[in-house]
Amino acid sequence: MSDSHPTSPKERAGASRRETTRGPTFRPRVDICETANELTLIADLPGVRPEDVDLRYENGELLLHGKVRSRHEGSYLMQEYDVGDFYRVFTISETIDSSRIEAECKHGVLTVHLPKMEAARPRQIQVRSS
Amino acid sequence: MRQSRFDPFGSLGEQLIQFRNELNNLFSRWNERESWYGAAGYPAVNMWENADAIYIESELPGLELRDLEIYVTGGNQVTLKGERKQTAISGCAWHRQEREHGSFTRVLTLPVPVNPDKVDARFENGVLLITLAKQEAAKPRKISVKAD
Repeated sequence: MSDSHPTSPKERAGASRRETTRGPTFRPRVDICETANELTLIADLPGVRPEDVDLRYENGELLLHGKVRSRHEGSYLMQEYDVGDFYRVFTISETIDSSRIEAECKHGVLTVHLPKMEAARPRQIQVRSS
Repeated sequence: MRQSRFDPFGSLGEQLIQFRNELNNLFSRWNERESWYGAAGYPAVNMWENADAIYIESELPGLELRDLEIYVTGGNQVTLKGERKQTAISGCAWHRQEREHGSFTRVLTLPVPVNPDKVDARFENGVLLITLAKQEAAKPRKISVKAD
């Protein structure tokens, strides 16, 4: 028997969302990891097609909005989660080169590559023996 | 000067209030930040039906189809078994990890028996939708009422 753990509920976005939308809005779960050259942000956006992702960089912030179309109208036999748009905002530090941010979306997972500015990359410093 | 040495609702009272609040949070269905529908297992599943079929839907973003197995047993039980793997990025330092990963098995009992040969499963944009055709005998039948 493999591991089973209870589902963590989807988190609703607070009043910070910019546009009014019908239905609930959720805060997508993200993983963020850093390598020497870039920061990678991976967000779970189930039900969002690549063309429905609205990703913007404005004033040092990365705004992520995933539009979800309603998949079922009517009653449920069992309902364990709700369906709605995803919205989340991230503050991006100046060490990120915002002109080279790239993103791809597959199977409901958005991967955003945030490359670091040249000056911010870690450098190995050669120590000379005098 | 009276000093009360025994205060029945002192620090114990505070702990009781804290305990009650925590129980409230655990059982409250509507919370400011989270919507908790009391999912009985992983993954969370929505299920609905019409006259011909039962539909099971689950959000499994990033799941590779080769890591998913679906079984129909005993006419009315569906087993979802799979694994969500963590994205492997070499040489990286994790700042934040919120996405769930790991293996799961979940068994769902359906209200009516279904035809195991007529099961359709679709995985689009991270959403799995399983359509199970009801057995003929289980489909609703309209009964005409004769009036004298």
